[in-house]
Order: sequence, then structure tokens, then C-alpha cells
Amino acid sequence: MRADWQLVIGLEVHCELKTATKLFCGCPNMFGDEPNTNICPNCLGLPGSLPVLNQRAVELAMAIGTALHCDIRPSTFHRKNYFYPDQAKDYQISQYDEPLNADGYLDLPDGFRVGVERAHMEEDTGKTTHAGASGRIHGADYSLVDYNRSGVPLVEIVSAPDMRTPDQARAYVTELRSILIASGTSDGKMEEGSMRVDANVSVRRSVDDPFGTRCEIKNLNSVRSLGRAIEFEAERQIALIESGERVVQQTRHWDETAGRTQALRSKEDAYDYRYFLEPDLVPLVPDAEWIRAVADTLGMMPAERRARLVAILDDAGGATDAQLLQVATVVDLGLDDLVVGAVAAGVGSALALARTANEAATDAEAARTLDPTSYVALLTMEMQGGLSATQAKAVLAELFARGGGDPAAIARDKGFEAMSEDSLAETVAEAVGAHPDEWSRFCEGDDKLAGFFTGLVMKATRGQANGKAVAAELRRLRG
Amino acid sequence: MTAPRPALETATMVRTGELRAVDVLEHHLAVIEAGEAAVHAFNLVTADRARAQARAVDATVAAGGDPGPLAGVPVALKDNLCTRGIPTTCSSRILAGWEPPYDATVVTRLAAAGAVAIGKTNMDEFAMGSSTETSAFGTTRNPHDLDRVPGGSSGGSAAAVAAGFAPLALGSDTGGSIRQPAALCGVVGMKPTYGTVSRYGLVAFASSLDQIGPFAGSVADAALLFDAIGGHDPLDSTSLNRPTPRVLSVLDDGVDGMTVGILTELLDGAAPDVAARVHQAAEALAAAGARVEEVSVPEVRLGLSAYYLIAPGEASSNLARYDGVRYGLRIDAEDTAAMNTATRSQGFGAEVKRRIMLGTYVLSAGYMDAYYHQALKVRTRIIEGFVRAYARCDVLLGPTAPTTAFAIGAKVDDPLTMYLSDVCTIPSNLAGHPAISVPFGPGEDGLPVGVQLLGPALSEGTLFQVAAVVEGAAPPLAAPRVPAGVLA
Repeated sequence: MRADWQLVIGLEVHCELKTATKLFCGCPNMFGDEPNTNICPNCLGLPGSLPVLNQRAVELAMAIGTALHCDIRPSTFHRKNYFYPDQAKDYQISQYDEPLNADGYLDLPDGFRVGVERAHMEEDTGKTTHAGASGRIHGADYSLVDYNRSGVPLVEIVSAPDMRTPDQARAYVTELRSILIASGTSDGKMEEGSMRVDANVSVRRSVDDPFGTRCEIKNLNSVRSLGRAIEFEAERQIALIESGERVVQQTRHWDETAGRTQALRSKEDAYDYRYFLEPDLVPLVPDAEWIRAVADTLGMMPAERRARLVAILDDAGGATDAQLLQVATVVDLGLDDLVVGAVAAGVGSALALARTANEAATDAEAARTLDPTSYVALLTMEMQGGLSATQAKAVLAELFARGGGDPAAIARDKGFEAMSEDSLAETVAEAVGAHPDEWSRFCEGDDKLAGFFTGLVMKATRGQANGKAVAAELRRLRG
Repeated sequence: MTAPRPALETATMVRTGELRAVDVLEHHLAVIEAGEAAVHAFNLVTADRARAQARAVDATVAAGGDPGPLAGVPVALKDNLCTRGIPTTCSSRILAGWEPPYDATVVTRLAAAGAVAIGKTNMDEFAMGSSTETSAFGTTRNPHDLDRVPGGSSGGSAAAVAAGFAPLALGSDTGGSIRQPAALCGVVGMKPTYGTVSRYGLVAFASSLDQIGPFAGSVADAALLFDAIGGHDPLDSTSLNRPTPRVLSVLDDGVDGMTVGILTELLDGAAPDVAARVHQAAEALAAAGARVEEVSVPEVRLGLSAYYLIAPGEASSNLARYDGVRYGLRIDAEDTAAMNTATRSQGFGAEVKRRIMLGTYVLSAGYMDAYYHQALKVRTRIIEGFVRAYARCDVLLGPTAPTTAFAIGAKVDDPLTMYLSDVCTIPSNLAGHPAISVPFGPGEDGLPVGVQLLGPALSEGTLFQVAAVVEGAAPPLAAPRVPAGVLA
């Protein structure tokens, strides 16, 4: 980004709520089922069907509002009218000028505050697949519509145009996703579309100038695409202005492969949605008691969770920069309870954090559903020398693959039999006895030779020995 | 032809085993057989299913059980009420062949009360009209004069009751679609308080105005049907979650000490013979002990204009779903947008298209404040006007329609004149209030005149109570000439 230009970014994030059923009917809210199996007259917009608001969805939406420090208000639903085959009623029920949550904020981990203008409820559409060369509705041979997603509850979180760099935009989405996961409201999967991000981008020469004309970028399927798309779009707009042209307000599609944005439609072609109050629903007016009850069920938010881990590391002598990154990772993935649980059970904080950030993080979903006692048992075995680091990682992978189990049993199955202290001491003594020159140099302070002896022991035991235990035995012999 | 037996009496006799439901049904099927070709009240007569229902009712009685308060009473259903596995067309080509996979709540409740669903009645397409002439399946004729309209949009239900095809029928009332045809056909028709009868399974026209209600040959039979269909339904979010007034039990309570207001604005455009009947009804109420006075609610003059902004606005959205993608008619074309356009162009009739265009216009950016939002303000003003009137009066009285039944074809090419036939009924829909039309003798042309009683929200008990007194004082009305006249 060039120093003589300022970038202005606002983000609109749609997230699917983790309810058992849909927003306005009792159909299951499930991703990935056979097409058109989770549907009813409502999902298909059959004549005579009527919406009935899902109380749980309202509670999850209020939980998001609470986590984002919003004012939770009396709200209404409107109809947003437009024709599209995956929209069963040819209108979408959405909150419009009276959203449930308004005027909140989100603090990025570095302390930068981003305003949240609103977080409102709406229903998702079905999903259309266009068969044909283009893959789009124009020129398709035929189209297939799956209404399983029709009526899935969404919350749309609209930020203020407060962000100034692609990094801030990335940090906002990352932190928001952590908040959604921590609050149990959404699973935040951008790849599966349960979290969708649109970016509004404009540029101006100075902070004193009014905002420039913005473009809205769609089809951002990862945090990485978000950053790339914003960078591309900023450069495109700057180049336009510098060559004497004007930015046209439009919606643009991010092409991940080509690495560029392309115009979808301009403001002039924008739909007139003819919003009006949804006559089939009544106003949603949560009372203070309900709002408080939802707030009471809200767990710790990511900032608090990070602080909790840093405090644990401080007790153990302070966190390194690498560990601070590990803290961010485990909190973003919703795995910090595993670390806290392990430390409470006596596992060293550095080991618990490292295994969680490096190994458990590779399959965060499996890790989130793993029985914490299995995890603690595994780390305890490693800490006490019952398993080497390599062995511990292999057992963890197996725990994930099996969806749980007894780590000791898995270790036995894999032939990871821990050596007894006596037999380890015997093997170390043999290695020392066979190399007296190296041993005397080690005794004189050449610590590099610890690795030499450890290697010998490992070779003799075919990797069964625990490196830490070998080092401890060597130090004991040296006296 | 023998005089039709009241539904109340039929149900009582079926429950005690004096009368078999199958015989009641066969009698009505025979009347339909004789007269339906002339009247065309039905889109579909579901004789076989009705016979199965009637047999089940008789079996329940034979087994010592009670089939319910409507035991063995045939009921005709307006063809915008969803019936599981039975075509539900709204008298529109666009829904041709569509069979709902579920029953409307009222249909479920009727079955639970022991009623026998006899068929689906003709209507103005999607309930848009006041004469049943906008039906895609032909006009229903008024049993009192086959060259006249039965009114609308629930013209088929009104005609079915008037012709003796069924003792009871259900209709829907968005701007008068129960009361106006009831008046024109000489039967009782009632629009309940918004939210007292579930709209689940009623194909929507204008959701904030639509309400299902009863047709019957008498006030007591209308009360019987209303009691059976009302009450909270969790499937309709606008359904009131509070006790619905029970009306059958208060019919004999009289009007002594009540104040009845003659709503002068409703008499403004009324034909002299209709106005005379309203005054005659007022005198009858005074004679029965009510205090009668004239009341003015000037806001109701704005009702028609507001209605023709709000109702089409909602309709334009409600009818968007008929796009050829999921059900009903599909006219294939080269792409989806062209298919949508072709389907809707061929599937909808002229009146429906007119209202969709009107509604789309009034909700459009730049016009919404001037039209739709202004109309909503008028709606609030009308409610305030009624509140003022009900501070003084228990009920208001006026004509149901400005004239008796008009000739088929007389107004169909002149929408504004047609719209005026609902001028007396629309204010109650905008306010969400109940109102009932009771036959009150013939007009100068010998055709039925209906007088209308209006009340505040949830005043159904009072309305039925007053309606019973009006009915008792009504001048005699010649019986319809159908089917006997046709057979002769």
C-alpha cells in the first residue's frame, strides 16, 4: 500500500448459527446431507406456509450481540424482495432498519477497536448448481437447486468502515471467528460457507478527505483471499484515480486463481428490494431478563482466554514470542481449554501449549471433541518419560483417527513400550563404557557430546528411549 | 325441495344417531348434482373423500363415541385453503395441478369437529375481485338470479350455502371477501378479529388483512362454525395467544342496554333501498331495547385508497413465489428469467397482474414513502377513529355492500367501480376488527340486502348477540330459485 494513499475497509460477515433446526421451521439445520432431504412447506415457500421464529436462533444472535458489546433492542423483520430460483419465496426474511443488535465494537488483539454497526438476523437461501460450461446461471444447460440450506439461520455482522490495512481486516475476521467459536454460536468455517465475508473497500489521499467511492468484494473464501483481494482492489482503485478516471460503485467478484476482482454489477443495476415489514411475523422484543440470561450463559471471550494462558505462562517464568503466537493459535481454534485442563492436571505449561498449538491444531475439530482426560493422560505420559515426543505425536494422531481412546493402550498397540529406569541406566552405562574419550570430554564440559551419547542410546534401543530421560541419566552419571 | 335443515340441528341429530352423516351428505350431493351446472359454485366436489369422512363419523357414533360439534355437517371450502392431496388452485391457472402436502389448520379443526369437507369453492383469482368473475375457471352465478354475480371473492362459498349445496362454508376476507358475497347471496358471513383464526394453510393474498371466516344460512350456524375454527395456533405467529370469544352460547342474550351506532360514512354511497334496510334494522334494534344513534368516523372514507396500496403491496410479495421453479405451472423458456416471465405472464389473469404491478410500484424506491407508508399512517388513523366510536358504542351498523347483486359483466372491465363494492367492508380489515353481514330482506329488485355489524377487536360475542336480534327482525326473503327452478 502506497504511503500517499489511505485505504478504508468495512466488512460484512454472514455466519450460520449452530442451531438444531432452521430459523422459521423445525427442519434440521445440517450441512452436507442429501439434497432436498431437510425441507418442509416452509423451506420450499409452498402456498399457505408461514414462518415461526426459532427461539434458540434468537438466543444465539443475542449471544453474538453481547460478545460484540452491542445494544440489544426491540427489532422487526422485513421482506427483501428479489427473484432468484434458490430463494423459495422469492423474498428473504431479514432484519432491516430495526436490527436486534446495534452499536457494538470488536477489539483486535493489538487493542485497535473496530466499530460494529449492527448484527442482524436473516434466513439463508437454498443452493443452486448450474450445469454447463460457465458454471453461472447465464448460459447454463440446466440448474439444480438444493433447499436444505433454505431457512438456515444467519447473523450478518456489519462493521463500521474503521479498518485501514489488509492486516487489520484479516485480524478482524480472525478475531470475530474466534468469538463465534468461543461463544458456541457458529463454527466459523469459511471453506464450507458457514462464515462468509464481503469487503467494502475505498481509497482516499488523506485522512481529512471524505471516504472515496467504495466497491463491495464478494467470494472471499479464506482470510488469505480477503487480504489479497483488498490489496488488489486498493491498487486497482488507486490506478484508476491516478489515471484520471473515477471509481464506479459496484459489486466485484474475487477470482482466487487469477488474483483479481471483476465487476459483477454496478449501483445502477442494483436490485430495488422493496423492503417492507414482514406481516407474517410479530416484532421481536427481548426483555431485560432474557437478555441477561443469554449473557450469563456466554463463556469467556478470546481476549480473556488469551490472558488466561499468558498468566499461566507467566507463572512458569514468562512467555516467549513463539509462545505468544501459540497462545493466539490455540485460542483462535477454540483449543485453549485443553491447555488449561492439562496444566491443571500437572502437565508443564510449555509442553501442553506446544502439543496443542502444533499437533492438536492440525485437526482442530477432532481436538475440540476429544475427551480432555485422554489428552491429559497422553501429555502426562510424555512428560514423565513414558513416551518420547515422536511417540506422543503418533499416539495423538491415532487418538484423533479413532475419535478418542486410551493413550496407554494405543501406545502398547504401537509397541511404544517405555523402558524401565534400570534398563535405561544400563544402556547409558554401556554407551559410556564403550567411548571413554568422548565421556571424559563430556565430563570436562563439552555438552555437545550429550547428543552423541543420546544418539547411541537411541540406536541401541531402536528409538524406544526417551531423550529427556537419557539426558537426565547422563547428567546424573557426570555428577 | 324441503327447507334446508340447520347445521346445528343436523349435528345434534347425527350425534344422537337420529340421522346418518352419509344420508346428510347424499342429500347435499344430490342438490349439487341438480344445481351445480347452473351455479358453478365449486372448482371441485370431493364426493368420495366426503363419503369416507361421513362413514367415519357414523362409525364413531355407532361405537358410542362423539364425532364433535359439527358431526356429519357438510362444509364447502374456499379453494385457497390447503387440503392435503386435493388440488388447491385459488382459481388460478398458475396453481393448476398443485396438490398441497398438508392441510390448513382450519381444515384440520373441521375434521376434528366431525365436519365433512364436501368440495373446493370457486373464487376470484387469488381472492382478488368482488364478483368471482376473475376466476380462471369461469364465473359463479348468484342462486337468487343466475344473471347476477354472487359477489366475491368468496362467491363460490356464498353461492354454495345459498343454493343449499352445503349448510356451511369457509371463506377468506381480505377487504370484504366473505361479507360482500354473503350479502349478495342472502346468507350470513363473518370476518373474525385478525389473529383469532389461524392463517396456516390459507394461500396468502395480503397477509396483514387476510382472515378466514364462516358462511352459514343463519347466525346460529355461523356461530357454530366460528366456535369450531377459532383459537390459538402455534403455526401462525400472528395468531392471538389468548382465549377466543365463544359465540354460540350468547346468541339469546339480546341487545337491551346496548348502544348501536349507525356509521354514517358507510351510508354515503349506498343505494336508497339498501340504506332503507339499514335504518329498518336500526329500528328493530331500538325496539329490542338498544340505544341507537348516528356516529361519524370520517377516517373510514380513506379506507378504500389505503387498502388499494397496502393489499397490492403485500400481494406483490406474496405472489412472487409463483415463478415456475418448484410447483404449479411452468412455461419453459431459454433461461430461468425468461421461464419466470413466461410462466407468470400465462399463469396469472389480468386482475392479478394489475395488482402485482400496482403493489410493486407502491413499494418501489422513491414511491414507497408517498404511497405505502402514507397508507400505513391512514390505517393507524382508521383504528383511532374506530376507538373513538367504540368509546360510545358497543357495535356499529351499516350496509355490507352499497347495492344488491349486480349483473355479470357489468363491472368487470371497470376496476375502480368494482373496487367500490368493498367500500363498506374494507375499514374492518384495515383495523383488524370483526364484522358480520346478516341478510335483511330484499332490495327493490327482490335480491338480498345485507346489513353489517362492526365491533372492536375480540367483540365476536357481542356481534353475534346483536346479529341474532337483527336476524329475528329481518323481512322475509324469497328462497333461491336454484336448483328447483333449473330442474323445472
